[in-house]
Formats: sequence, structure tokens, C-alpha cells
Amino acid sequence: MAALAGETRAILYGFWLSSCSWRVRATLAYKQIPFEEKSIDIVKQRTQMTDEYRKLNPSQKVPALIIDDTTLVESMAILQYLEETRRTPSLLPNTPLLRARMREICETIVSGIQPLQNIGLKPHFSIEEQYSVFTKYWTRRGLQTLEDLLQKTSGSYCVGDQLSMADLCLVPQLYNAVTRHQLKLEEYTTVSKLYETLLKEKCLSDTHPEKIRLKKVTE
Amino acid sequence: MAKPVLYSYWRSSCSWRVRIALNLKEIPYDIKAVSLIKGGGEQHCNEYREVNPMEQVPSLVIDGHTLIESLSIMNYLEETRPQRPLMPQDCYKRAKVREICEIISSAIQPLQNLIVLIYVGEEKKKEWAQHWIMRGFRAIEKLLSSCAGKYCVGDEITLADCCLVPQVFNARRFHVDLRPFPIILRIDRELENLPAFRAAHPSAQPDCPPEVAK
Repeated sequence: MAALAGETRAILYGFWLSSCSWRVRATLAYKQIPFEEKSIDIVKQRTQMTDEYRKLNPSQKVPALIIDDTTLVESMAILQYLEETRRTPSLLPNTPLLRARMREICETIVSGIQPLQNIGLKPHFSIEEQYSVFTKYWTRRGLQTLEDLLQKTSGSYCVGDQLSMADLCLVPQLYNAVTRHQLKLEEYTTVSKLYETLLKEKCLSDTHPEKIRLKKVTE
Repeated sequence: MAKPVLYSYWRSSCSWRVRIALNLKEIPYDIKAVSLIKGGGEQHCNEYREVNPMEQVPSLVIDGHTLIESLSIMNYLEETRPQRPLMPQDCYKRAKVREICEIISSAIQPLQNLIVLIYVGEEKKKEWAQHWIMRGFRAIEKLLSSCAGKYCVGDEITLADCCLVPQVFNARRFHVDLRPFPIILRIDRELENLPAFRAAHPSAQPDCPPEVAK
């Protein structure tokens, strides 16, 4: 997205396959925050392991966001910073209870599923099949928890009828489940219905991995 | 209004975080112990399922609702009970608190969680747990080098401190060498003797086995 004259663009260090990067990318797009993306290949080149990248992000992961003359890491910290500094359009429900329900969904994804199917786990399994079994198992468990949560909270979005951080966490995780882990979502009826409708949401469709993959890397 | 009820396991770091936050904010609460071990885990029994169909611990029954996920619970407490705040006012510092909380709650704890370690297996679990703890602590130590004061972020106790102390305890349980993390160690020492932290410690919990409490 082009910056207005005099406005510095944020820089997102991300990767097209990274669900955590997609969460941030979708948030930037939704809030219409000008940014450019620099691709950090976490799979083949493992650029996140270089000393240069470690100076930017000591966790050696993506995403990292340079914005307001500062570097932020951890996608949920980034999402909430963007929400607090650029309040409209908002990605938060408007009561403490609904915000708690939103965070329950987010945390189920960001700590209950994502870390247990991360690409970074692969080297820790001597056989790829073991990695595949491990990641599928934990993803399925998480999907069932999400189904149970979303049956209670969802309307046309994860929490009622307003887009929130929960939706921007859900879609990238489901994309991983369907593509990388080749899981079927049909048995999770609420989850699969939300996935289908949310993929059409502009901030998610505009920032979809398949679009990012094809984009030229900017320097 | 009824006192909040925290369903907690003595040694669960996620339960511990919430206990610390409740204590720091001086919110009176009752504890009901749920063993994650007895009989395959009491969180799966019918009695607990009626309280929390998600079968997760911790859960907090408060204001007529059952809340899960420790970070979500702590943020709810922050928003509804603003006394003794556990988040800074400044947006950048708030981001730093969340960075530390997220590294612990998503990059470390889930990978050394009880059920994951059972899955990984007896032979590999210690090395596995140590790897993920050390990796996360390296990142946190680096973050702390620029944002820590007396505590994790500046000189006021925040949610980051609530998450850190239980994780340091777990690191010790898995015999992680903590000497490469002097800032983490200093902050942990600073906090461990504060009344709110002592009262939340596993050894002070009603379901702590007597032989451990000694």
C-alpha cells in the first residue's frame, strides 16, 4: 500500500507460508497502514537464523514489524499494538467479556495449535512422517477445541458479527491445516463454514499467501 | 457478588500465572484443585466438565462466566479490575510486556506442557523440554537487556513477570542451565519473595503433595 507524502511505511519481515506473518499482514491491510514486506525465507534459505536477522528479532522467527521507529516481534503483541495506536477500524469487540472470548480463540490458536505444527519443529524429528503425525495430531485437537468455542461465540465472524483478531488468527491456521497438513475441515462444521466465508474478507483475500508468494520481493 | 473461583493445578504454570495476577490485584478468590494427573486427569471428569466443557485448567469462574486461557483471563482481570494495574500505560511498553508473555505462552510452555511431553516420550522429553526453554529464554534475555528495569519491563510489576516466574520454575524442573540468563535470574529472585508470588507458589497450594510442600 502506498504511503502518503511524508508518512514512513512500516516494514514487515515475513514469509508467505508463515501463518503468524499473515495475521499481521491482514491487520495492516484492514487498518490501511502503509507497509512494505521483506521476505525472510524460513524454509529453504533459513534467513531467520542469520546474525543479521537475529539483531532484528532475537527469537529468530517471523514476523517482525518496524513501525513508529521501533521494532516489534510476536504477532499477538504486534496486533494489539496496532489496535492501540490505530484504533479504527477496530479489531476488538466492545465488551470485556467478548474480548475475553476473542482472546480465548486467539490463544487456542497461537499457543494451542501453531507452536505444535510450526515448520521449525521439523528438524527435531528424525523421520518426516513422525513430524507429520505429530503436527496433524495437535492440529486436530486444537480444531476440536476451536469448534467447541466457536459454536458458542460465532455469528458471521468468530465473535458475533464483527471482524476481530480471532478471525485474522483463524484463517491462517486453517490454511495450514488444509494445505500443509492436508486435514479435512468438514467434521468441524462451524470452523469450516467460517473459513469459507472469511476467505472472501478483503483484508484476508488481499493478503492471501498465494498472492504474496507471487509478489516481487522489495528491497 | 460471589467470590471468583479458580480451578487450578498446583504445579501448572498457566494456573500459577493467574494466581499471581489475582494476588497482585488483591482480588479475593477461592481455589478448587483439579489434578491433571489423577485418573488420567480430573479435568476430564463429569463434575469438572459441567464447570468447563473445554476441560482445561486453569479456568476462572468470575462475574457469572467461566473464562479459560491464562493470558485471556489476566487481560480480563486487567480490564475489569483496573486497581493495581499490571500493564504499563505506554503502548510501546505494553508491546514489550506482550512480547515476553507471548514467547513464554506460545514459544515455550506449549512445547514443554505435560501432555506434549507424554507424547514425545520418556526418553526424549528432557532434552526436548530443555531445548525449547533455552531457545525461548535466549530470546527473552535479549529483550530484557533493553526493556527490563527492576522487573521485566521497567520498574513496575507487569503480566510479563506473572508469566516469567512459573517458567523459571519449570526450567529448573528440567535442569536447564540458567547461568546464561542473568537478567531472568535477577528478576526471578527479585519477585520470588514478594507476598503475592509466595502465596501463588505451587508449594503453597492446597493440592500440593505434603512431601513437596516441605
